Amino acid sequence: MTVSEITLPKIKVDSARPGAPAEEHSSRAPLIDLKNLSFYYGRSQALKDISFFIREKVVTAFIGPSGCGKSTLLRCLNRMNDLIDGVRVEGEMRIHGHDINSPEVDVIELRKRVGMVFQRSNPFPKSIHENIAYALRLQGVKDRSEIDGIVEKSLRGAALWDEVKDRLHTSALGLSGGQQQRLCIARAIAIKPEIILMDEPASALDPLATAKIEELVLDLKRDYTIVIVTHNMQQAARISDYTAFFYLGELIEYDTTTKIFTNPAKKQTEDYITGRFG
Amino acid sequence: MNTAQPPAIHPPGRHFRTDGFDAGSFFFTGLTGLATFLILAILAIILGNVVWEGWGSFSWRFLTGGTERDMFSVENAGVLPMILGTAARVILMTIFVIPIGVITAIYLTEYARSGSLWTRFIRGAVNNLAGVPSIVFGLFGLGFFIAFAGQNLDRMFHAGAEPHWGKPAILWASLTLAVMTLPVVIVATEESLKAIPSGLREASLALGATKLETIFKIVLPQALPGIMTGGILAVSRAAGEVAPILFTGAAYYMASLPKSLTDQFMDLGYHVFILSTQSPDIERTRPLLYATVLALLLLTFTLNIVAIFVRARMRRKMRAAH
Repeated sequence: MTVSEITLPKIKVDSARPGAPAEEHSSRAPLIDLKNLSFYYGRSQALKDISFFIREKVVTAFIGPSGCGKSTLLRCLNRMNDLIDGVRVEGEMRIHGHDINSPEVDVIELRKRVGMVFQRSNPFPKSIHENIAYALRLQGVKDRSEIDGIVEKSLRGAALWDEVKDRLHTSALGLSGGQQQRLCIARAIAIKPEIILMDEPASALDPLATAKIEELVLDLKRDYTIVIVTHNMQQAARISDYTAFFYLGELIEYDTTTKIFTNPAKKQTEDYITGRFG
Repeated sequence: MNTAQPPAIHPPGRHFRTDGFDAGSFFFTGLTGLATFLILAILAIILGNVVWEGWGSFSWRFLTGGTERDMFSVENAGVLPMILGTAARVILMTIFVIPIGVITAIYLTEYARSGSLWTRFIRGAVNNLAGVPSIVFGLFGLGFFIAFAGQNLDRMFHAGAEPHWGKPAILWASLTLAVMTLPVVIVATEESLKAIPSGLREASLALGATKLETIFKIVLPQALPGIMTGGILAVSRAAGEVAPILFTGAAYYMASLPKSLTDQFMDLGYHVFILSTQSPDIERTRPLLYATVLALLLLTFTLNIVAIFVRARMRRKMRAAH
């Protein structure tokens, strides 16, 4: 492919605010709105001037080679980066129009509305029941029967109920890797967040367990807005509606997944998804 | 017929030895075995000697009797006041040292910026505290707790009267021991806190837990066995120490048991010192001396076993979940 070919944009994208393709989900309202977001670990800049918006109740995938900033951006969305010393955010990040980096924002409240599932499943070393009950008690739910009800509902929601209903009070660490990850998803949805962030949730799982997680993600998007970071291009293609490609801290391209995977506008995107680098 | 040989895996002349004698390995195996044996032998000799020499005078009467009649008499003297005194000062010390040590460790691992000058300064201070000789802690206890804290308390609440706080007491001895064993508890707690995967903290915080909720409900329950280990090490170290309590609370002789925190107490370790240096007839007192040492060893073992048992129960409970 020559330079002249790639400089011609294949689709019309507003360069200042990409991400407004007119397709099946375009009726969905933007939920997360990022404007000129930059992020620094000490002196090194991990995210460079990122602007786009993420739509409600769709699955948005972040792809890109390691170190491209996709996980950093994900962790900005529930301010998990606050835990790291010496980080700095510039620009705006709005959810429902509220700037989540403003000092008035209650981070605890934000995290209750923006749940997270991590790369390595991290159930608490407590019983299956207690893993979810802990999340509920943090919300102030004290009634036992209410807790039991939500525990069952969440486990059903995470397609785990049938496998664990007879051993709710045994340790969560006795579950398989895939079951542990679904328990973490159950725990995240128990407190009814609006957004679920998933940081490579299936990267440590075997293909069968991965398939179950993917099925679950497709199921969950009816009720939740899902942002998923993945290294697995097929996974992004299978489960996401929108895909954002990051490279070296910059948002290279953001469009519908179909567009990104069949007809990307940028050469870098095409090179990455066809496996020429990264 | 095709008779092609498979290529040789090993180049000629570099086969594995199967029948040779590896002198280096033999020598080193012997050396490590010998070192291990030496440790066991020394322990056996110490314990054997104590039991051998002390068993004759070690009786129920000895364990439950006092020193009212003659503290140097093999026939009449007992060690109950010393056993109670030592046990009391160790338990009191544990009550002081565990909370302070655990809170310090929580600060260092969960709150302080790791690697900052301030954190490194505190870590250095803790390590230095661990290296201070125990007699120095004794002098510190005398100077700080008795002369400074105690006498000032007297000035405020007991003006003109006999010193109430400003004199050696079991309270001051226990506090001095707590200061001495602080590094042990801090280091053990820190290790167990660091061993908890950061993923668990993140999981809790991502559910909207505050840092405090995460520490108390997720982190500390996981760290409890490690904290107990710190407590066990502190008890082991403190039970036999004499130097820190020499000026701060241990008494040569007391007619009755201590009744309040400001009373002095008799102590097993200090009593061993007394029996071996103050006796009018060292030869005749020797069986009593060994029996007292045996009592001290047994008390230390008992305190340890109780703590280990509690820790094992805690671990079982944690594994069984709730």
